[in-house]
Amino acid sequence: MMILTVAGKKKNYPERLTLPALIEQEAVENPDYVTVTINDAFVERGDFAQTILKDGDTVEFLYFMGGGTV
Amino acid sequence: MPFTNEQLERYSRHIILKEVGIKGQKKLLNAKVLIIGAGGLGAPAALYLAAAGVGTIGIADADEVDLSNLQRQVIHTTADLGKAKVKSAAETMTAINPDVKVNTYRTFVTSQNIMNLIAGYDFILDGTDNFPAKFLINDACVMAKKPFSHAGIIRFRGQLMTYVPGQGPCYRCVFKNPPPKDAVPTCKQAGVIGAMGGVIGSLQAMEAIKYIIGQGKLLTGRLLTYDALKMEFHTIKLPRDEHCAVCSAHPTITKLIDYEQAECDMKK
Repeated sequence: MMILTVAGKKKNYPERLTLPALIEQEAVENPDYVTVTINDAFVERGDFAQTILKDGDTVEFLYFMGGGTV
Repeated sequence: MPFTNEQLERYSRHIILKEVGIKGQKKLLNAKVLIIGAGGLGAPAALYLAAAGVGTIGIADADEVDLSNLQRQVIHTTADLGKAKVKSAAETMTAINPDVKVNTYRTFVTSQNIMNLIAGYDFILDGTDNFPAKFLINDACVMAKKPFSHAGIIRFRGQLMTYVPGQGPCYRCVFKNPPPKDAVPTCKQAGVIGAMGGVIGSLQAMEAIKYIIGQGKLLTGRLLTYDALKMEFHTIKLPRDEHCAVCSAHPTITKLIDYEQAECDMKK
């Protein structure tokens, strides 16, 4: 097991978890359009599949949000 | 110009704050803020900025007040139905505070008009509902070196960040390009709790005020998110994208782009 901080919350995750697997596990909304940072650095979409998370990583999901008028 | 007795009383709760004082209140009265979108976010922001005595407030929106707006767009009333939103908003703002000069622009922002619209303003507040407008406002503000507040709201969630030229990432550093039409739901499709506009729009007004008076720490390099159901605020640190298409040293976007608007948003 390893500890990740995901969206501000520390939790246990299986080791060698890939970013797409984390996205699925966390039920990220609109996963095709989410921006991800790991340890305060952007992850390029093309690098998602080969990104393997390490113990102690901090992961954030940034979502498109419209809203306002209409 | 010295303050009148009426102004001293009106702004007394500001003036007593050491972070504002007479000096800060003067800065507010001399400031010019443009609000793009007189809707869920723009309405509360406009009310607080007018009440705060921001001397010149521009408001841009092409729409009229619709019954479905009144659940959240608190600057308009039932008596304003059918009226241009900018007119209704201007009437409320001047009723709150006759010190404020309101400039109304009954138009949507486009690549053709945005540079002229933002030119005379110190701070821009993005209260629009769609991604083409959000990217356009970002790119124009980066190109014109104007600070602005981005915000978005949907369902029970909201987010905002502040761009200040040379002091952190822009909206495009984070979100790159608008999502394809209908890939990400709008408020109209997904709904939004009315008070969300109040929370996030007021935070946008707060950022504008802090920028004007030069106090505190702005949301530059940070995205603040709010989840009303969990009742949690969360701050996400935002890096700059060194290869950002618009704000990097070697931008690939040098002209403003009118992205295609989702059809469901075009129709009233």
